[in-house]
Amino acid sequence: MPPRPRLGVFKFSSCDGCQLSLLDCERELLDVAGALEIAYFAEAVSAEDTGHYDVALVEGSVTTEAEALHIHDIRARSTTLVTIGACATSGGIQALKNGGNAAGFLKMVYPTPAWLHTLESATAISDHVKVDHELRGCPISKHQLLELIAALLAGRRPQTEPHATCLECKLAGQVCVMVAEGKPCLGPVTHAGCGALCPGYARGCYGCFGPKETANTASLSAQLGALGESPARIARAFSTFNTNAPEFRAEAEAQGDD
Amino acid sequence: MPDVRQSGAMGEAFVMDGGGIERLAAHLLAEGRSVVAPVARDGAVVYDAIEDPAEIARGVRIDSRPGHYRMERDGTAWFDHVIGPTPWKRFLHPPRETLYSMTRSDDGIEVEATPLPQASFAFLGVRPCDLAAIGVLDRVMTGGAHPDPRYAARRNGTLIIAVNCRVSAETCFCASMGSGPRADAGYDLALSELGTGAQTRFLIEVGSAAGSALLEALDVAPATEADLAEARWNAAAAADAQTRAIETEGLARDIRAAAEHPHWDEVATRCLNCTNCTMVCPTCFCSTTVEVSDLTGAHAERQQRWDSCFNVGFSHLHGGAVRQSGRARYRQWLTHKLSTWEDQFGELGCTGCGRCIAWCPVGIDITEEAASLRRTEP
Repeated sequence: MPPRPRLGVFKFSSCDGCQLSLLDCERELLDVAGALEIAYFAEAVSAEDTGHYDVALVEGSVTTEAEALHIHDIRARSTTLVTIGACATSGGIQALKNGGNAAGFLKMVYPTPAWLHTLESATAISDHVKVDHELRGCPISKHQLLELIAALLAGRRPQTEPHATCLECKLAGQVCVMVAEGKPCLGPVTHAGCGALCPGYARGCYGCFGPKETANTASLSAQLGALGESPARIARAFSTFNTNAPEFRAEAEAQGDD
Repeated sequence: MPDVRQSGAMGEAFVMDGGGIERLAAHLLAEGRSVVAPVARDGAVVYDAIEDPAEIARGVRIDSRPGHYRMERDGTAWFDHVIGPTPWKRFLHPPRETLYSMTRSDDGIEVEATPLPQASFAFLGVRPCDLAAIGVLDRVMTGGAHPDPRYAARRNGTLIIAVNCRVSAETCFCASMGSGPRADAGYDLALSELGTGAQTRFLIEVGSAAGSALLEALDVAPATEADLAEARWNAAAAADAQTRAIETEGLARDIRAAAEHPHWDEVATRCLNCTNCTMVCPTCFCSTTVEVSDLTGAHAERQQRWDSCFNVGFSHLHGGAVRQSGRARYRQWLTHKLSTWEDQFGELGCTGCGRCIAWCPVGIDITEEAASLRRTEP
């Protein structure tokens, strides 16, 4: 029997929620451990980070100089590098500091900011190294994570379609909260993957999965405005978990984000 | 009183009281059918499988405009809610299904086709536009050289109780497409709601032997000329109330000629390419087929899922997607509906239900876009 592919799970600036999605695969976890050697995963095993990885799952954004160096090390030791979650794929909620007064924010929060060494901005892993696959979401969907691992093992393309969340909402037979209730919803510009979770609970989509392919944010913003949302509120809606995703950032700026 | 069970021949008409709807639903449920009927849920009238006749939406009206739909409680009428977001294709051509399963063992790989569905649907409350759409879908899915056996199995087991409209929503344009508001064929029974309140009754027109057989479960009397006249008058009033229309004369030709019209660029500025119009459209039939495997590599499935021409990957050929721009994708959709569908299937792909207008999050109106595309350049 050939050796199992080695899996490493790495954390950058993040909350650990996406890594925990792997542990959340309770029923399938033994299959994952059977198919892959979980060689490094600080949340689950005590092994040290050493050697080459067939698959590296990377969570978090790059917000320190040490991280900016570390990601190159992981890239050099990994065959397939997968970013997991909004932080790793676009910079995450911490990217709200980008373009702002980072030093001022530090002073506001920490008693001794001089002890901290952070970069001016929080950036996506793909801004630093080549990324082979990405899983969106805040947090990622465990179904998509299992699908990605299964696809990598089989050598096939993962089914992580870049279309709108609306398609998933309609497949699920949910009633559109924007049309039927006038609730603001980012579903039409948001990448699928969550199964249209929030509309299933009568809430508009928050855009956790970031921009879909060819997102027409300007048209959606015009409609959100017609539904009574102010430019400031629209800008804020685009400035959350994926604030640093180019399409969402540009739309927030177009709405006069300050 | 004559025994109507003997005389319930096709084309004949009867009346029953308003409560007959619940008796009909109860009878269909007792027959073991999966009864799909309008249900008021989450702010809309949706078609769902019911377990109890009391679940059927009643006393509900809708306000349906471009990008806007509101359901309101009003009165006691059974069917004045016209339509909601659910297309009947959901049941005949489901959003997701597994076509094959493959299992690997020491003996090799075993491939097993999913058994044909044993569906026995009763669709209760199919509007004329949707009845026409089921006909369009029948010809797409089973009319060619490669009929879809899964669709055919579901469709053959389906009983259709149509309901003619006496109310039109603002988004309705069936009259211009020639599909409504009164159905003339394709149903087992067609109902027309007459009167209001305690005076509510239903005109029943028989469209098939299976429909005729249902009459014995209902307490019906022969229809009078006045009942028939009231039903005709109601349908005419619903048609007159429609404010939207597409002129079908020369439509396919005009849309074909508009392939380079600048208006496509204008629509593309509004179109979200979110796929909602294609998901709610009762005739959009496109699906994609994907292979999925599990973590152990011992099990794989071929799955079919609804897809949309608004997705970039939909037109992916070697080297990339053919229709990259929003303009190209909207043009593909509208041109197929209103023009090339005719080349392909001998009819138009739109029956005027207006769902794409109401459920477009930004209210793009196919009737207005078609009209703009037929205007010569400004």
